[in-house]
Formats: sequence, C-alpha cells, structure tokens
Amino acid sequence: MSRKILAASGIAVYVFLYLPLLIVVAYSFNNSKLNAEWVGFTWHWYKVLLEDDAMLKAAGNSLFIALTASAVSTILGTMAGYALYRYKLKLLPVLVMAPLAIPEILVGVSLLIFYVSINLTLGLGSIILSHIAFCVGFVAIVVRSRLSGMDESLPEAARDLGATPWVAFRLVTLPLIMPGIIAGALLAFTLSIDDFVITFFTAGVGASTLPLQIYSMIKIAVTPEVNAISTLLMLVTLFIIVVASRISPDSIRGK
Amino acid sequence: MNRDKWLISGPPLFYLVVFFVIPTLIMVIASFRYAGEYGGLAPVLLHDANGTHLNLTLESYQEYFSDFIYTRLFIKTLVYALITTFFCLVFAYPLALMIARSEKKRRDLLVLLVILPFWSNFLIRIYAWMIILGPQSAFTVALNGFLGLFGMNPVRLLFTPFAVVVCLIYVQLPFMVLPLYANLEKHDPALLDAAQDLGANGWQRFWRVTFPLSLPGIYAGVALVFVPVLGIFAVPDILGGTKGIMIGNLIKQEFLEARDWPFGSALSIILTLGAMAIVGGAALFARRRDV
Repeated sequence: MSRKILAASGIAVYVFLYLPLLIVVAYSFNNSKLNAEWVGFTWHWYKVLLEDDAMLKAAGNSLFIALTASAVSTILGTMAGYALYRYKLKLLPVLVMAPLAIPEILVGVSLLIFYVSINLTLGLGSIILSHIAFCVGFVAIVVRSRLSGMDESLPEAARDLGATPWVAFRLVTLPLIMPGIIAGALLAFTLSIDDFVITFFTAGVGASTLPLQIYSMIKIAVTPEVNAISTLLMLVTLFIIVVASRISPDSIRGK
Repeated sequence: MNRDKWLISGPPLFYLVVFFVIPTLIMVIASFRYAGEYGGLAPVLLHDANGTHLNLTLESYQEYFSDFIYTRLFIKTLVYALITTFFCLVFAYPLALMIARSEKKRRDLLVLLVILPFWSNFLIRIYAWMIILGPQSAFTVALNGFLGLFGMNPVRLLFTPFAVVVCLIYVQLPFMVLPLYANLEKHDPALLDAAQDLGANGWQRFWRVTFPLSLPGIYAGVALVFVPVLGIFAVPDILGGTKGIMIGNLIKQEFLEARDWPFGSALSIILTLGAMAIVGGAALFARRRDV
C-alpha cells in the first residue's frame, strides 16, 4: 500500500474520531439555544450549569461513587492481578474477564434482579457495589501486565537474602508494580465516573449521577448546557488519562 | 503456600462470585419464573392446599418463540452488529497499519490519540452525533442541498437506523484499532523486504504477507467490536427513533417500563447464548482455517 494513501486515510480516521467531540466542545461556547450554527462566544451555558442544582448534586454523587469504587476495586484488583500472575488458577481468570467480555446490559439487569431479590434499596450503595464488580477486572489486567514485565529475580534475591515472602512483596514487588496499581486506580476511577449502562439499571429512583443526568436531559431536549457539562467531564477524563499514561509507559519501559 | 494463595485470590474471587456469578444465576432462574402482580417476580415457591411446590414456567421462552417479531429484532441486531464490525475493520485497518509503520517513538502518541476519544463519556459521544445528524446541522443541510441538486427529496438522518449504525461504528472503532495495531506492530519488516526481493508489488505484499499475518488481530478486533454491539441500548435509544431499536432496547423496556422481568431475563439469556454461539462458532472456524 502506498505510504501517502495510508497516511491520508489514517488522518481521515483521526478526524472522524475527533471532529464530533470538537463540535460538542465548540457549541458549549455558542451563544444560541440551538446546536445548529455558530452565533457568537459566550460563557452563558457554564453559568447555567453552575446554577443547576440537580446537575451539581449528580456531580457530587458521581465523584463519591468513583472515589469509593476505585479505592475498593484497586485493592481487590491488585490482589486478583497478583494471584493471576503468581498462581495457576482456574476460576479467577474467568471471573475477572467475564464481566468485561459480556454485554454491559446483562451485568446491569442481573445486578438489578439480585439487589431486588436480597431487598437491597437501590441507590448510591448499589451503584458502588456494581461499579466495583466491573472495575476489579480492569485493575487486575493492568497490575498483572505490570507484574509480567517485572524482573522476577528481584523478589527472589530478596528472599535469598532472608526476607519473608511478605517483606519481599512489600519492599520489592510492591514498589516495582506501584505504577501499574496507580494506573489501574485511575482507570477504575474514570470507568466509574463515566459508566452509564450499569448505573442506569442499578441506580433506582433516588440517586442520580452525571451520566444519568445527561441522559435524561438529552432525552427531553438538546440544550447547550449538555455541551458544557460534557466539555468539563471530558477535561476531567483527559487529565486523568494523561496522568495515568504518564505513569504507565514509564512502567512499560521498566524504569 | 496454599494458604497464601487463598488469602490473595480469595477476596476478589468472593466479590466476583457474589456480584457476578450469583446475580447471573438469579437471572437464569428469573427467566423461568412468573412475573409478579405489580412487576418484579412472583415467588419461586407456592404454598397451597396441596403443599409447597415450585412455581416455575417456560412461558417466557415460549413467548419469545411464539412471535417471530422477537427473532426478527434479534436478526436486525445481528445485522447492525455485522455492518458496524465491517466498517470498523475497513476504517481501523489503514489507521493501525499507519501507526505500526510510523517511527517507533511516535507510535505511543498515535495510539494514545486513538484511545483518548474512547475515554470521553459514552453518552457524550452519542450526543455528538445527535448534533451532527440533527435536522438543522451543517452536515444535514449540506447533504440535503446536494441531494436537491439532483431533484431528490431531503432525507432525515436523526432518529433512523442510519444514525444508529454510524454512531455504533464511532463508539466501537478504537476496539478494532488496538488489537490490529498490537498485531501489526509485531510483524518483522524483513518479511516485506523478502517479498519485495522476490518481485512482489505493494498490493501483493499486502495481501500475501501483511494481511494473512494480521488475521489473529482481525479476529480479536471483530470479537471486541461485535459482541458489545449486540447488547447496546443507549445508542438506538437516543438516536434510533422507533425504527432503529435493537434487542437491548427491548430488554431495557421489559425491565424498566413493561416490568416483565421473566421475559426480560429470558431475552438476556437468549442474547447471551446467541452471542456465545456466534463467537464460539467463529473461533472454531478461525482455528480450523489457521491449521
């Protein structure tokens, strides 16, 4: 294949990937109620956003859920990642991958039936429990891949020098895989704060999150307020992902 | 040693059993239960004059197979997923190849640029297409102006199957690029040089060296794109109108609006089994071809 055609089609795909998002961002500054043509620059939609109590409450909920879910799933996911690397296990690898491999809607509805069956009131708690369930796998994969890039002779050397398995893990293995754990935690945080489908089924009527709030807004009418919250949410995600990838490629190079 | 193994793998295993395996089993059982009077589920055990007995039924599955409308919706969902997968492959391949053949130090950045939009919220990406395909958008206006030149009637883009498929391609594209790139990046450039030395032109080098070697990457990408599409409901829910609905919309409806949970569960299980059969069949086919 000719180099030029290849480069041109590659760039075209990048445009396809980014143009829709840029349009969302641009219209968040547009001085018009319609997302149709450019009228002029304004901060108006961001001011509307700051006065929208329902949206602010949803943002608070999302943050709380994401922090809690990512903290717990980082611990469980790190254990799972280490177990997958260290031991020959039959069940855990399947259970770690399965929630990521099957359609999200199925995870959502089965959790809904489960919570109702055990009489758990739907709300922040049920959302957090559900988010942990799908975040564990992602953290486990990141941690595991970091572990397999690790020089195995290092913890072995620590053991030879008389360290107990726990001390060798804490002083040698853990610092070595820390970038993977942090990247996994950031990944879990963004997955949680962005999740729509599973949250949609497990939220019940009381609790709202940012994605649920955005959903109910775009189902009713298109308003540039959605563009504004989308832009802010993208900035947050972008920041976290850039930080995570800063930490992680370093770990890939093994420094 | 064995104790450590259980200490480390036990907690995550326990969590996933409680919050994944058990809910899944409960859903399987739910598909055989009767719907509750006010939505939800009727009790599994029934107590009456004859004692206690199981209150299970095949009704939900019978309902699915009694009306072809459901199978048709399932087939429609499969068709959307196939079209989406095909276009993802067509768009992703050149991009993955371009990244794999660019300078080594630039590759990480180029891959990151593919992943980045995928990290924006799912709903935002759908919403973007709501704007682009809206009746007053620059794109729609320009398209209809163009069609008008040939005396054709203006078309509506939003709330159509077209909008659904375009957006599905958009949200799934990174899942095709990444496995393809991971595969293409590993190809030994010496193979292409050898093919060239033996007189193969660019086209032949691609179809007889690069493409066959990239098949595992293609299979992985196809699986990653195809399966999630089967269960998607947000895209058709927001962009599809009444004509663009997929099986996921029906499942959502049964759980949240119609409140027929047994039927919703049965649909979910039929969807899962269908997806597994397709992926399993494809994997078997792929393995046989590779041998």
